[in-house]
Amino acid sequence: MSKVLSAQEAVAQIKDGMTIGIGGWGPRRKPMALIRELLRSDVKDLTVVSYGGADVGMLCAAGKVKKVVFAFVSLDFIPLEPYFRKARQTGSIEVMEIDEGMMLLGLRAAAWNVPYIPTALGLGTDVIKHSDDLKVIDSPYDDKEWVAMPALKLDVSLIHVNRADKRGVCQITSPDHYMDDWFARAAETTIVSCEEIVESDFFTQGDEARSVYWERCQTTSVVEIAGGAHPSSCAPSYGFDVPHFKEYNGSAKEGGFAAYAEKYVSGKSEEEYQQSVGGLDAIQKLPLPVY
Amino acid sequence: MSTPATEYSLAELMIVAGAEAFRNDGEVLATGIGMIPRLAASLAMKTFNQDLMMTDSEAYLLSEPNPVSGRSSHEGQQKETWMGFSRIFDNVWSGKRHAMVGPTQIDKYGQSNISALGGSYDQPKVQMLGARGFPGNSICHANSFFVPTHNTRVFMGGECDMVCSIGYNPERLPKGYTMDDIDIRLVITDLCVMDWNGPNNMLRVISLHPGISIEQVLENTGFEVHAEADLPTTPAPTEEQLAVISQLDPQNWRSKQIKDNPPGDRS
Repeated sequence: MSKVLSAQEAVAQIKDGMTIGIGGWGPRRKPMALIRELLRSDVKDLTVVSYGGADVGMLCAAGKVKKVVFAFVSLDFIPLEPYFRKARQTGSIEVMEIDEGMMLLGLRAAAWNVPYIPTALGLGTDVIKHSDDLKVIDSPYDDKEWVAMPALKLDVSLIHVNRADKRGVCQITSPDHYMDDWFARAAETTIVSCEEIVESDFFTQGDEARSVYWERCQTTSVVEIAGGAHPSSCAPSYGFDVPHFKEYNGSAKEGGFAAYAEKYVSGKSEEEYQQSVGGLDAIQKLPLPVY
Repeated sequence: MSTPATEYSLAELMIVAGAEAFRNDGEVLATGIGMIPRLAASLAMKTFNQDLMMTDSEAYLLSEPNPVSGRSSHEGQQKETWMGFSRIFDNVWSGKRHAMVGPTQIDKYGQSNISALGGSYDQPKVQMLGARGFPGNSICHANSFFVPTHNTRVFMGGECDMVCSIGYNPERLPKGYTMDDIDIRLVITDLCVMDWNGPNNMLRVISLHPGISIEQVLENTGFEVHAEADLPTTPAPTEEQLAVISQLDPQNWRSKQIKDNPPGDRS
Protein backbone atom coordinates (compact mmCIF):
# COMPACT_ATOMS: atom_id res chain seq x y z
CA MET A 1 0.00 0.00 0.00
CA SER A 2 1.22 3.48 -0.81
CA LYS A 3 -0.42 6.70 0.36
CA VAL A 4 2.26 8.88 -1.17
CA LEU A 5 0.99 11.83 -3.21
CA SER A 6 2.36 15.10 -4.49
CA ALA A 7 1.38 18.17 -2.46
CA GLN A 8 -0.88 19.28 -5.29
CA GLU A 9 -2.63 15.89 -5.49
CA ALA A 10 -3.05 15.75 -1.72
CA VAL A 11 -4.43 19.26 -1.37
CA ALA A 12 -6.86 18.64 -4.27
CA GLN A 13 -8.86 16.62 -1.72
CA ILE A 14 -9.87 19.91 -0.07
CA LYS A 15 -13.10 21.36 -1.47
CA ASP A 16 -14.98 24.64 -1.04
CA GLY A 17 -16.75 24.96 2.29
CA MET A 18 -14.85 22.18 4.05
CA THR A 19 -13.72 22.29 7.68
CA ILE A 20 -9.98 21.80 7.90
CA GLY A 21 -7.81 21.23 10.96
CA ILE A 22 -4.18 22.30 10.98
CA GLY A 23 -1.65 20.69 13.32
CA GLY A 24 1.30 22.36 15.05
CA TRP A 25 1.19 25.31 17.44
CA GLY A 26 1.70 29.01 16.64
CA PRO A 27 5.00 29.18 14.72
CA ARG A 28 5.93 25.56 15.47
CA ARG A 29 5.73 22.55 13.11
CA LYS A 30 3.02 23.91 10.85
CA PRO A 31 2.39 22.16 7.49
CA MET A 32 3.29 25.35 5.65
CA ALA A 33 4.16 23.78 2.30
CA LEU A 34 0.64 22.28 2.22
CA ILE A 35 -0.76 25.69 3.20
CA ARG A 36 1.15 27.27 0.31
CA GLU A 37 -0.34 24.66 -2.02
CA LEU A 38 -3.78 25.51 -0.67
CA LEU A 39 -3.08 29.22 -1.27
CA ARG A 40 -2.36 28.39 -4.93
CA SER A 41 -5.68 26.53 -5.30
CA ASP A 42 -9.16 27.93 -6.02
CA VAL A 43 -10.60 26.57 -2.78
CA LYS A 44 -12.65 29.00 -0.67
CA ASP A 45 -15.13 29.30 2.21
CA LEU A 46 -13.07 27.13 4.53
CA THR A 47 -13.66 26.74 8.24
CA VAL A 48 -10.23 26.48 9.85
CA VAL A 49 -9.56 24.86 13.24
CA SER A 50 -6.05 25.59 14.48
CA TYR A 51 -3.72 26.51 17.32
CA GLY A 52 -3.05 29.30 14.91
CA GLY A 53 0.00 30.96 13.49
CA ALA A 54 0.86 32.14 9.98
CA ASP A 55 -1.18 29.21 8.61
CA VAL A 56 -4.37 30.97 9.71
CA GLY A 57 -3.07 34.44 8.84
CA MET A 58 -2.11 33.50 5.28
CA LEU A 59 -5.37 31.67 4.57
CA CYS A 60 -7.35 34.66 5.90
CA ALA A 61 -5.26 37.11 3.87
CA ALA A 62 -5.80 35.07 0.71
CA GLY A 63 -9.58 35.14 1.18
CA LYS A 64 -9.87 31.39 1.67
CA VAL A 65 -11.55 31.53 5.05
CA LYS A 66 -15.19 31.80 6.06
CA LYS A 67 -14.72 31.00 9.73
CA VAL A 68 -11.86 30.45 12.17
CA VAL A 69 -12.19 28.25 15.25
CA PHE A 70 -9.41 29.47 17.53
CA ALA A 71 -8.06 30.04 21.02
CA PHE A 72 -5.19 32.18 19.76
CA VAL A 73 -3.49 33.14 16.53
CA SER A 74 0.10 34.18 17.25
CA LEU A 75 3.65 33.99 15.96
CA ASP A 76 4.93 33.83 19.60
CA PHE A 77 7.87 36.22 19.32
CA ILE A 78 5.59 38.45 17.26
CA PRO A 79 2.59 38.13 19.57
CA LEU A 80 -0.13 39.30 17.17
CA GLU A 81 -0.59 37.59 13.79
CA PRO A 82 -0.84 40.52 11.36
CA TYR A 83 -3.27 39.11 8.80
CA PHE A 84 -5.58 37.37 11.24
CA ARG A 85 -5.69 40.71 13.02
CA LYS A 86 -6.62 42.47 9.80
CA ALA A 87 -9.34 39.93 9.02
CA ARG A 88 -10.87 40.39 12.47
CA GLN A 89 -10.59 44.17 12.46
CA THR A 90 -12.31 44.42 9.09
CA GLY A 91 -14.99 41.97 10.22
CA SER A 92 -14.31 39.77 7.19
CA ILE A 93 -14.40 36.39 8.97
CA GLU A 94 -16.72 34.56 11.33
CA VAL A 95 -15.15 33.14 14.46
CA MET A 96 -15.70 30.60 17.18
CA GLU A 97 -13.34 31.66 19.96
CA ILE A 98 -12.69 28.99 22.57
CA ASP A 99 -10.19 28.10 25.27
CA GLU A 100 -7.08 26.14 24.19
CA GLY A 101 -8.22 23.15 26.22
CA MET A 102 -11.74 23.32 24.80
CA MET A 103 -10.26 22.88 21.34
CA LEU A 104 -8.53 19.70 22.51
CA LEU A 105 -11.81 18.43 23.98
CA GLY A 106 -13.65 19.24 20.74
CA LEU A 107 -11.10 17.26 18.73
CA ARG A 108 -11.34 14.36 21.18
CA ALA A 109 -15.14 14.37 20.99
CA ALA A 110 -14.89 14.16 17.19
CA ALA A 111 -12.28 11.41 17.43
CA TRP A 112 -14.38 9.43 19.90
CA ASN A 113 -17.64 9.85 17.97
CA VAL A 114 -19.46 11.57 20.82
CA PRO A 115 -21.44 14.79 20.25
CA TYR A 116 -19.80 16.73 23.07
CA ILE A 117 -17.63 16.50 26.16
CA PRO A 118 -18.82 18.20 29.37
CA THR A 119 -16.34 20.59 30.91
CA ALA A 120 -16.07 23.56 33.26
CA LEU A 121 -13.85 25.37 30.75
CA GLY A 122 -15.45 28.58 29.52
CA LEU A 123 -18.02 28.97 32.33
CA GLY A 124 -18.54 32.57 33.40
CA THR A 125 -16.66 34.00 30.40
CA ASP A 126 -17.57 35.54 27.07
CA VAL A 127 -16.52 32.50 25.03
CA ILE A 128 -19.89 30.96 25.87
CA LYS A 129 -21.67 34.28 25.28
CA HIS A 130 -20.27 34.95 21.81
CA SER A 131 -20.55 31.52 20.29
CA ASP A 132 -23.98 30.19 19.36
CA ASP A 133 -22.35 26.79 18.89
CA LEU A 134 -21.58 26.43 22.59
CA LYS A 135 -24.32 25.23 24.92
CA VAL A 136 -24.34 25.11 28.71
CA ILE A 137 -26.14 22.07 30.09
CA ASP A 138 -27.27 20.51 33.36
CA SER A 139 -25.66 17.33 34.58
CA PRO A 140 -27.58 14.16 35.43
CA TYR A 141 -25.06 13.53 38.22
CA ASP A 142 -24.66 16.84 40.07
CA ASP A 143 -26.28 20.27 40.52
CA LYS A 144 -23.71 22.22 38.54
CA GLU A 145 -23.91 23.49 35.00
CA TRP A 146 -21.35 22.40 32.42
CA VAL A 147 -20.20 23.58 29.03
CA ALA A 148 -21.02 20.96 26.38
CA MET A 149 -17.95 21.33 24.18
CA PRO A 150 -19.17 20.11 20.76
CA ALA A 151 -17.22 17.69 18.61
CA LEU A 152 -15.02 19.59 16.14
CA LYS A 153 -15.46 17.25 13.20
CA LEU A 154 -12.92 17.90 10.49
CA ASP A 155 -13.22 17.05 6.82
CA VAL A 156 -9.46 17.27 6.35
CA SER A 157 -6.46 17.68 8.65
CA LEU A 158 -3.08 18.96 7.54
CA ILE A 159 -0.11 17.92 9.68
CA HIS A 160 3.67 18.12 9.31
CA VAL A 161 5.84 15.40 10.88
CA ASN A 162 9.49 14.43 10.96
CA ARG A 163 9.24 11.01 9.28
CA ALA A 164 6.65 8.79 7.67
CA ASP A 165 6.59 5.61 5.66
CA LYS A 166 4.52 5.26 2.52
CA ARG A 167 1.75 3.48 4.44
CA GLY A 168 1.23 6.49 6.73
CA VAL A 169 3.15 5.47 9.83
CA CYS A 170 4.08 8.97 11.07
CA GLN A 171 6.83 9.81 13.55
CA ILE A 172 7.16 13.07 15.45
CA THR A 173 10.58 13.48 17.05
CA SER A 174 10.03 17.14 18.04
CA PRO A 175 9.81 17.47 21.83
CA ASP A 176 6.04 18.01 21.61
CA HIS A 177 3.60 16.40 19.19
CA TYR A 178 1.04 19.05 20.28
CA MET A 179 -2.53 17.96 19.46
CA ASP A 180 -1.55 16.46 16.11
CA ASP A 181 -2.74 12.99 17.11
CA TRP A 182 -6.19 14.43 17.84
CA PHE A 183 -6.23 16.40 14.58
CA ALA A 184 -5.47 13.13 12.78
CA ARG A 185 -8.23 11.27 14.62
CA ALA A 186 -10.84 14.05 14.31
CA ALA A 187 -10.60 14.18 10.51
CA GLU A 188 -12.16 12.14 7.72
CA THR A 189 -9.03 12.71 5.62
CA THR A 190 -5.61 13.33 7.14
CA ILE A 191 -2.88 14.68 4.90
CA VAL A 192 0.59 14.46 6.39
CA SER A 193 3.68 16.15 5.00
CA CYS A 194 6.99 14.87 6.29
CA GLU A 195 10.64 15.83 6.32
CA GLU A 196 11.57 12.38 5.10
CA ILE A 197 9.91 9.19 3.82
CA VAL A 198 11.59 6.15 5.33
CA GLU A 199 11.29 2.41 4.80
CA SER A 200 8.83 0.74 7.18
CA ASP A 201 11.57 -1.21 8.95
CA PHE A 202 12.99 2.11 10.20
CA PHE A 203 10.35 1.98 12.95
CA THR A 204 11.41 -1.47 14.13
CA GLN A 205 14.74 -0.09 15.36
CA GLY A 206 15.28 0.78 19.03
CA ASP A 207 12.52 3.00 20.44
CA GLU A 208 11.61 4.66 17.13
CA ALA A 209 8.03 3.32 17.34
CA ARG A 210 7.52 5.16 20.67
CA SER A 211 7.30 8.50 18.86
CA VAL A 212 4.52 7.34 16.52
CA TYR A 213 1.35 8.87 18.01
CA TRP A 214 -1.44 7.47 15.84
CA GLU A 215 -2.08 4.31 13.87
CA ARG A 216 -1.56 4.43 10.11
CA CYS A 217 -5.30 3.95 9.44
CA GLN A 218 -5.67 7.58 10.60
CA THR A 219 -3.33 8.78 7.85
CA THR A 220 -4.85 9.19 4.39
CA SER A 221 -2.06 10.77 2.35
CA VAL A 222 1.69 11.21 2.75
CA VAL A 223 3.68 13.96 1.04
CA GLU A 224 7.46 14.18 1.31
CA ILE A 225 8.59 17.79 1.65
CA ALA A 226 11.89 18.34 3.46
CA GLY A 227 11.76 21.85 4.91
CA GLY A 228 7.99 21.80 4.52
CA ALA A 229 7.31 23.50 7.84
CA HIS A 230 9.24 26.64 6.87
CA PRO A 231 8.94 29.44 8.02
CA SER A 232 7.65 27.62 11.14
CA SER A 233 9.99 25.33 13.05
CA CYS A 234 10.43 21.58 12.81
CA ALA A 235 12.52 20.52 15.80
CA PRO A 236 14.96 18.87 15.99
CA SER A 237 15.77 19.65 12.35
CA TYR A 238 15.32 23.42 12.24
CA GLY A 239 13.96 26.42 14.14
CA PHE A 240 11.58 29.06 12.91
CA ASP A 241 12.81 31.69 10.47
CA VAL A 242 12.79 34.92 12.48
CA PRO A 243 13.82 37.27 9.62
CA HIS A 244 11.25 35.70 7.31
CA PHE A 245 8.47 36.10 9.88
CA LYS A 246 9.55 39.71 10.38
CA GLU A 247 9.32 40.32 6.65
CA TYR A 248 5.92 38.60 6.55
CA ASN A 249 4.74 40.69 9.50
CA GLY A 250 6.09 43.85 7.87
CA SER A 251 4.26 43.06 4.65
CA ALA A 252 0.98 43.68 6.45
CA LYS A 253 2.04 47.31 6.94
CA GLU A 254 3.65 47.80 3.56
CA GLY A 255 2.88 45.97 0.34
CA GLY A 256 0.15 43.76 1.71
CA PHE A 257 -0.27 40.01 1.40
CA ALA A 258 -0.55 40.19 -2.39
CA ALA A 259 3.07 41.38 -2.57
CA TYR A 260 4.22 38.66 -0.14
CA ALA A 261 2.33 36.00 -2.10
CA GLU A 262 3.68 37.33 -5.38
CA LYS A 263 7.23 37.09 -4.08
CA TYR A 264 6.99 33.68 -2.38
CA VAL A 265 3.88 31.69 -3.30
CA SER A 266 1.94 32.46 -6.47
CA GLY A 267 2.95 30.38 -9.45
CA LYS A 268 6.01 29.01 -7.65
CA SER A 269 6.91 25.43 -6.91
CA GLU A 270 8.00 24.50 -3.40
CA GLU A 271 11.53 24.16 -4.73
CA GLU A 272 11.39 27.72 -6.06
CA TYR A 273 9.97 28.84 -2.72
CA GLN A 274 12.85 27.24 -0.87
CA GLN A 275 15.36 28.83 -3.24
CA SER A 276 13.80 32.22 -2.57
CA VAL A 277 14.36 31.81 1.18
CA GLY A 278 17.96 30.65 0.86
CA GLY A 279 17.54 26.99 -0.06
CA LEU A 280 16.89 23.81 1.91
CA ASP A 281 20.37 23.86 3.45
CA ALA A 282 19.73 27.29 4.89
CA ILE A 283 16.34 26.16 6.25
CA GLN A 284 17.93 23.13 7.90
CA LYS A 285 20.51 25.39 9.56
CA LEU A 286 17.93 27.67 11.21
CA PRO A 287 18.74 27.54 14.93
CA LEU A 288 16.27 25.94 17.33
CA PRO A 289 14.55 28.42 19.66
CA VAL A 290 15.62 28.54 23.31
CA TYR A 291 12.74 29.27 25.67
CA MET B 1 20.52 35.66 57.39
CA SER B 2 18.55 38.01 55.18
CA THR B 3 19.92 41.44 54.50
CA PRO B 4 17.57 43.93 52.80
CA ALA B 5 19.22 45.33 49.71
CA THR B 6 19.69 49.08 49.48
CA GLU B 7 19.93 49.21 45.70
CA TYR B 8 17.54 47.28 43.53
CA SER B 9 15.42 47.90 40.45
CA LEU B 10 11.64 48.10 40.24
CA ALA B 11 11.75 44.91 38.15
CA GLU B 12 13.58 43.14 40.99
CA LEU B 13 11.11 44.46 43.57
CA MET B 14 8.26 43.11 41.43
CA ILE B 15 9.98 39.73 40.99
CA VAL B 16 10.34 39.39 44.75
CA ALA B 17 6.76 40.56 45.40
CA GLY B 18 5.57 38.15 42.70
CA ALA B 19 7.44 35.23 44.25
CA GLU B 20 5.33 35.68 47.39
CA ALA B 21 2.29 34.60 45.37
CA PHE B 22 3.76 31.08 45.20
CA ARG B 23 5.07 30.85 48.79
CA ASN B 24 2.30 28.69 50.26
CA ASP B 25 1.31 26.80 47.13
CA GLY B 26 3.00 23.51 47.96
CA GLU B 27 3.43 21.10 45.07
CA VAL B 28 1.79 22.78 42.06
CA LEU B 29 2.87 23.74 38.57
CA ALA B 30 3.98 27.37 38.73
CA THR B 31 3.65 29.16 35.41
CA GLY B 32 4.85 32.71 34.93
CA ILE B 33 3.93 34.16 31.56
CA GLY B 34 6.48 36.81 30.65
CA MET B 35 9.94 37.41 32.05
CA ILE B 36 9.10 38.99 35.44
CA PRO B 37 6.38 36.45 36.35
CA ARG B 38 8.67 33.61 35.22
CA LEU B 39 11.51 34.97 37.36
CA ALA B 40 9.05 35.37 40.26
CA ALA B 41 8.01 31.71 40.06
CA SER B 42 11.64 30.62 39.58
CA LEU B 43 12.78 32.61 42.62
CA ALA B 44 10.02 31.03 44.73
CA MET B 45 11.07 27.55 43.55
CA LYS B 46 14.75 28.26 44.22
CA THR B 47 14.13 29.62 47.72
CA PHE B 48 11.08 29.29 49.94
CA ASN B 49 8.94 26.79 48.00
CA GLN B 50 11.18 24.11 46.57
CA ASP B 51 8.17 21.83 46.05
CA LEU B 52 6.98 23.91 43.09
CA MET B 53 7.11 22.47 39.60
CA MET B 54 8.08 24.44 36.49
CA THR B 55 8.44 23.60 32.81
CA ASP B 56 11.01 24.51 30.18
CA SER B 57 8.22 26.40 28.33
CA GLU B 58 8.51 23.76 25.65
CA ALA B 59 7.84 20.14 26.54
CA TYR B 60 9.46 19.06 29.83
CA LEU B 61 8.90 19.48 33.54
CA LEU B 62 12.09 20.52 35.33
CA SER B 63 13.51 19.80 38.76
CA GLU B 64 15.43 23.10 38.61
CA PRO B 65 14.07 26.19 36.85
CA ASN B 66 15.94 27.15 33.70
CA PRO B 67 17.66 30.54 33.72
CA VAL B 68 15.72 32.99 31.54
CA SER B 69 18.86 34.28 29.83
CA GLY B 70 22.37 33.12 28.98
CA ARG B 71 21.46 29.73 27.51
CA SER B 72 22.07 28.69 23.92
CA SER B 73 20.12 25.42 23.97
CA HIS B 74 17.88 23.19 26.09
CA GLU B 75 20.77 20.71 26.55
CA GLY B 76 21.54 19.76 30.13
CA GLN B 77 18.34 21.12 31.67
CA GLN B 78 17.01 19.20 34.70
CA LYS B 79 14.18 17.24 33.06
CA GLU B 80 11.95 15.10 35.25
CA THR B 81 9.02 14.22 32.98
CA TRP B 82 7.61 14.92 29.54
CA MET B 83 5.14 17.80 29.76
CA GLY B 84 3.87 18.60 26.28
CA PHE B 85 0.88 20.90 25.86
CA SER B 86 -1.75 18.15 26.02
CA ARG B 87 -0.24 17.09 29.37
CA ILE B 88 -0.32 20.72 30.54
CA PHE B 89 -4.10 20.59 30.09
CA ASP B 90 -4.30 17.42 32.17
CA ASN B 91 -2.49 19.36 34.88
CA VAL B 92 -4.67 22.49 34.46
CA TRP B 93 -7.87 20.49 34.76
CA SER B 94 -6.58 18.78 37.91
CA GLY B 95 -6.32 22.21 39.54
CA LYS B 96 -2.71 21.70 40.62
CA ARG B 97 -1.39 24.86 39.01
CA HIS B 98 -0.93 28.54 39.75
CA ALA B 99 -0.37 30.85 36.80
CA MET B 100 0.80 34.45 36.89
CA VAL B 101 -0.40 36.18 33.76
CA GLY B 102 -0.41 39.69 32.33
CA PRO B 103 -3.86 40.71 31.08
CA THR B 104 -4.46 43.80 28.94
CA GLN B 105 -7.64 44.64 30.87
CA ILE B 106 -8.73 43.79 34.41
CA ASP B 107 -12.11 44.90 35.72
CA LYS B 108 -13.53 45.36 39.23
CA TYR B 109 -14.65 41.72 39.32
CA GLY B 110 -11.17 40.41 38.60
CA GLN B 111 -12.30 39.38 35.13
CA SER B 112 -9.57 39.87 32.54
CA ASN B 113 -9.03 40.24 28.80
CA ILE B 114 -6.25 39.40 26.36
CA SER B 115 -8.48 38.79 23.35
CA ALA B 116 -9.77 41.95 21.71
CA LEU B 117 -10.43 45.63 22.42
CA GLY B 118 -13.14 48.05 21.37
CA GLY B 119 -15.51 47.97 18.41
CA SER B 120 -17.89 45.04 18.38
CA TYR B 121 -17.16 41.38 18.95
CA ASP B 122 -17.66 40.69 15.23
CA GLN B 123 -15.34 43.53 14.31
CA PRO B 124 -13.07 44.52 17.20
CA LYS B 125 -11.04 47.70 16.97
CA VAL B 126 -7.92 45.83 18.09
CA GLN B 127 -7.62 42.06 17.79
CA MET B 128 -5.09 40.73 20.27
CA LEU B 129 -4.14 37.13 21.08
CA GLY B 130 -7.49 35.46 21.62
CA ALA B 131 -8.71 34.02 24.91
CA ARG B 132 -5.84 31.43 24.92
CA GLY B 133 -6.06 29.32 28.09
CA PHE B 134 -7.63 32.04 30.25
CA PRO B 135 -11.18 30.61 30.41
CA GLY B 136 -9.98 27.17 31.47
CA ASN B 137 -7.21 28.38 33.76
CA SER B 138 -9.54 30.70 35.66
CA ILE B 139 -12.19 28.06 36.39
CA CYS B 140 -9.66 25.30 37.19
CA HIS B 141 -6.83 26.75 39.26
CA ALA B 142 -5.30 29.75 41.03
CA ASN B 143 -4.23 32.77 39.02
CA SER B 144 -2.29 35.93 39.85
CA PHE B 145 -1.92 39.02 37.71
CA PHE B 146 1.17 40.95 36.71
CA VAL B 147 0.67 44.52 35.48
CA PRO B 148 3.84 46.37 34.41
CA THR B 149 2.01 49.69 33.98
CA HIS B 150 -0.73 50.40 36.51
CA ASN B 151 -3.24 52.69 34.78
CA THR B 152 -6.93 53.10 34.08
CA ARG B 153 -6.65 51.42 30.68
CA VAL B 154 -5.68 48.16 32.38
CA PHE B 155 -7.78 48.62 35.53
CA MET B 156 -10.76 49.82 33.56
CA GLY B 157 -14.20 51.03 34.58
CA GLY B 158 -17.08 48.75 33.57
CA GLU B 159 -16.56 45.18 32.38
CA CYS B 160 -13.74 43.91 30.16
CA ASP B 161 -14.41 44.23 26.43
CA MET B 162 -14.09 40.46 26.16
CA VAL B 163 -14.25 38.54 29.42
CA CYS B 164 -11.61 35.83 28.97
CA SER B 165 -11.29 34.74 32.59
CA ILE B 166 -13.97 34.27 35.24
CA GLY B 167 -13.92 36.63 38.21
CA TYR B 168 -15.99 37.52 41.25
CA ASN B 169 -19.01 38.69 39.27
CA PRO B 170 -22.29 37.50 40.85
CA GLU B 171 -24.08 37.98 37.51
CA ARG B 172 -21.82 35.46 35.82
CA LEU B 173 -21.36 32.94 38.60
CA PRO B 174 -22.21 29.54 37.09
CA LYS B 175 -25.00 27.45 38.57
CA GLY B 176 -23.78 25.38 41.50
CA TYR B 177 -20.73 27.60 42.11
CA THR B 178 -19.91 29.94 44.99
CA MET B 179 -17.42 32.80 45.03
CA ASP B 180 -15.09 30.47 46.97
CA ASP B 181 -14.70 28.40 43.80
CA ILE B 182 -13.00 31.38 42.13
CA ASP B 183 -9.34 31.71 43.10
CA ILE B 184 -7.62 34.93 42.06
CA ARG B 185 -4.59 35.61 44.19
CA LEU B 186 -2.16 38.53 44.02
CA VAL B 187 -1.97 41.47 41.64
CA ILE B 188 1.59 42.78 41.26
CA THR B 189 1.85 46.17 39.56
CA ASP B 190 4.56 48.80 39.21
CA LEU B 191 2.85 50.75 42.02
CA CYS B 192 1.69 48.21 44.58
CA VAL B 193 0.67 44.69 45.57
CA MET B 194 -3.04 43.91 45.76
CA ASP B 195 -5.40 40.99 46.28
CA TRP B 196 -9.16 40.38 45.95
CA ASN B 197 -9.86 40.08 49.65
CA GLY B 198 -11.60 43.43 50.13
CA PRO B 199 -15.31 43.46 51.08
CA ASN B 200 -17.23 41.26 48.60
CA ASN B 201 -14.02 40.29 46.83
CA MET B 202 -13.17 43.88 46.07
CA LEU B 203 -9.65 44.64 44.89
CA ARG B 204 -7.61 45.58 47.96
CA VAL B 205 -4.20 47.20 48.27
CA ILE B 206 -1.92 45.22 50.58
CA SER B 207 1.34 47.12 50.17
CA LEU B 208 2.66 50.17 48.36
CA HIS B 209 6.01 50.10 46.60
CA PRO B 210 8.65 52.37 48.18
CA GLY B 211 7.95 55.99 47.30
CA ILE B 212 4.42 55.37 45.97
CA SER B 213 1.36 56.97 47.59
CA ILE B 214 -2.11 55.50 47.87
CA GLU B 215 -3.36 58.48 45.86
CA GLN B 216 -1.26 57.38 42.89
CA VAL B 217 -2.84 53.92 43.07
CA LEU B 218 -6.38 55.27 43.34
CA GLU B 219 -5.87 57.78 40.51
CA ASN B 220 -4.60 55.06 38.23
CA THR B 221 -7.36 52.54 38.92
CA GLY B 222 -10.63 52.93 37.02
CA PHE B 223 -12.79 51.47 39.78
CA GLU B 224 -13.06 51.56 43.55
CA VAL B 225 -10.21 49.89 45.41
CA HIS B 226 -10.25 48.97 49.06
CA ALA B 227 -7.37 50.42 51.06
CA GLU B 228 -6.86 50.55 54.78
CA ALA B 229 -4.98 53.36 56.53
CA ASP B 230 -1.23 52.97 57.18
CA LEU B 231 -0.49 50.50 54.42
CA PRO B 232 2.83 48.71 54.68
CA THR B 233 5.61 49.21 52.16
CA THR B 234 6.39 46.33 49.80
CA PRO B 235 9.49 44.69 51.30
CA ALA B 236 12.78 45.33 49.51
CA PRO B 237 14.51 42.28 48.01
CA THR B 238 17.16 40.76 50.23
CA GLU B 239 20.76 40.54 49.03
CA GLU B 240 20.28 36.76 48.97
CA GLN B 241 17.23 37.08 46.71
CA LEU B 242 19.08 39.43 44.36
CA ALA B 243 21.90 36.90 44.11
CA VAL B 244 19.45 34.14 43.14
CA ILE B 245 17.75 36.44 40.62
CA SER B 246 21.08 37.24 38.98
CA GLN B 247 21.79 33.49 38.69
CA LEU B 248 18.39 33.02 37.05
CA ASP B 249 18.98 35.95 34.70
CA PRO B 250 22.74 36.31 34.18
CA GLN B 251 22.32 38.63 31.20
CA ASN B 252 20.05 41.00 33.11
CA TRP B 253 17.17 40.79 30.65
CA ARG B 254 14.97 41.87 33.56
CA SER B 255 16.43 45.38 33.19
CA LYS B 256 14.65 45.68 29.83
CA GLN B 257 11.20 44.73 31.11
CA ILE B 258 10.06 48.00 32.66
CA LYS B 259 10.49 51.24 30.69
CA ASP B 260 13.75 53.01 31.66
CA ASN B 261 14.46 50.35 34.32
CA PRO B 262 13.56 52.58 37.29
CA PRO B 263 14.92 51.95 40.78
CA GLY B 264 12.73 50.01 43.21
CA ASP B 265 12.65 52.87 45.69
CA ARG B 266 11.13 55.96 44.08
CA SER B 267 10.95 58.17 47.19
